[in-house]
Amino acid sequence: MNLAYRDVRHNLFRFLLTCLGLSLLMAVVLSMIGIYNGLVIDALTIVRAPGVDVWVVEAGTQGPFAEASRIPGDTRNSVARLHGVADAGSVTYQTAEVVFAGRTHRLYLVGFEPGRPGAPLALAAGRSIGRSHHEIIADLGAGLALGDRIPLGRDAFEVVGLVENQVNSGGDPAVYLPLRDAQTLQFELAPPAARVQIARGATVQSENTVNAVVARLDPNVAPDTVAETIRRWKHLAALTQADQEHLLTSSVVDRARRQIGLFMAILLAVSAVVIALIIYTMTMEKLRQIATLKLIGAPDRTIIGLIVQQALALGGVGWAFGLILVLLIKDYFPRRVVLEPINALALAGIIFVVCIAASSLGVRAALKVDPATALGG
Amino acid sequence: MGPATREALVEIADISKHFGEGETRVDALRQVSLSVQAGEVVALLGPSGSGKTTLLNVMGCILEPDGGRMRLDGEMVYENRWLRGDLRRLRLDKIGFIFQFHNLLPFLDATDNVALVLQLAGRDRVTARSRALELLEYLEVGNRRDSMPANLSGGEAQRVAIARALANRPRIILADEPTAALDSHRAGIVMDLLRKLAAEQDACIIAVTHDEKIYARFDRIFHLRDGRLEFQEGETT
Repeated sequence: MNLAYRDVRHNLFRFLLTCLGLSLLMAVVLSMIGIYNGLVIDALTIVRAPGVDVWVVEAGTQGPFAEASRIPGDTRNSVARLHGVADAGSVTYQTAEVVFAGRTHRLYLVGFEPGRPGAPLALAAGRSIGRSHHEIIADLGAGLALGDRIPLGRDAFEVVGLVENQVNSGGDPAVYLPLRDAQTLQFELAPPAARVQIARGATVQSENTVNAVVARLDPNVAPDTVAETIRRWKHLAALTQADQEHLLTSSVVDRARRQIGLFMAILLAVSAVVIALIIYTMTMEKLRQIATLKLIGAPDRTIIGLIVQQALALGGVGWAFGLILVLLIKDYFPRRVVLEPINALALAGIIFVVCIAASSLGVRAALKVDPATALGG
Repeated sequence: MGPATREALVEIADISKHFGEGETRVDALRQVSLSVQAGEVVALLGPSGSGKTTLLNVMGCILEPDGGRMRLDGEMVYENRWLRGDLRRLRLDKIGFIFQFHNLLPFLDATDNVALVLQLAGRDRVTARSRALELLEYLEVGNRRDSMPANLSGGEAQRVAIARALANRPRIILADEPTAALDSHRAGIVMDLLRKLAAEQDACIIAVTHDEKIYARFDRIFHLRDGRLEFQEGETT
């Protein structure tokens, strides 16, 4: 006769209510883990999107994401001619706010040269950019549809393609557009401002400026070797893809990552305490029944089984409900929530340990109960 | 079995027990000796603090005495080295408990409350339930076999509790205020039932009670005061 199961069945509503409370707590923990993962993965999507091996940026900088970088647009030709470089392309990055359909959209504009490295590798819908001007590929998160026309600068751009999960480290959805248009948006002054600059006799900056040049290498060519060659030019800096990814996670999103990480750790500690309290209270409420069991001759293992099995059932059901809840709502979060199976399994492991530890407190109390407690009023 | 040949199921001699030390020392039992034979129904009586419950706990192997000897159903308890598991086994096999407030497990129905004791003693589920049903029928609560304790009346619950106490055919039944929660009519029925069980199962029943209505239904009454056995009413059967 499984006493734990019978007790749960007898108090099913109460058990489920407790499980629900616990599952909400688990859902919060899992959400935080997902948000943490999402933050790291989001930070890397833009860097990984073009599928390149080397990033060439302004000398003395670690651009274009961690620091600002501006280099001449013709750098691409020099890089493309290097031994071991299969192809190279110029790219620009900037944020922009546009008002479309009555809503303000914050976008991350990525300028690239169609047909060269820098474009996203895979489209979720539509086609790649076919014209040299006024076409864009937008991330689905921007809320744009194929055929939509949005204003950028003084021109309107048509959405011809859609990509998925392409955001910058701040979570702004990416919009890919032809390099020339991106350069105009980033570097060209508005006519009145340009006239003022000319009147002042100031040097007008060349519009053929880019933030970085990305290079794809031939097979079996080490990115470090090419990056080292570029660094010897002195007027440029070069980072391998691995350097760039490391820079983003260890620098750009590091503070946010640690913030969420610490919050997650606190949440886990709070959950552990709550689980322990629930299980301990559940045991305390049963002390008279436990005393009766001892008095009628139930061995310790029966009493331990009653407590530990209920604790594990509570933890297991709370974890499962929490996981289901997060999987159901994760797509409604403003930023990406990424839950890997290993995260859910790790949390299950932690809950298992917490349940065992918490029930050991209850077991200790139960084993101390004097069977004589069952006698009398 | 005639009265002369009746075996003593409970024999205690010079049992003493104290709680606390120094100024707070309380001698709950002082050199108490008594013997209860098979088929007897006896009561422990006395004012509050006289040592009735302590004596019941000692006889129930819940409380280890400081000194004295105790033989339960032929077994010398605490002689040599007794472990907690040995006491548990003794309680399971030889002693049945009846409580003031039945103490049925609220999450088991009437049948399983009785069957649990049998399963703890090693019977399989089918055998345990079969014996449990037999006992419930015998105690005339067979019709409530599937009822949860919360749905039983006080008298029904006490009968189920008695069935549980009898499940392993113990020869010593200890009852703590078995009729306190019942009206006089039901109390009388329960006492008659206990007397019938003692006779039929050749067991002894030792009850702590304050219920004057049922005094007449005991074979003997042991009066305790300040931890001492003051006197007894009635003769050994």
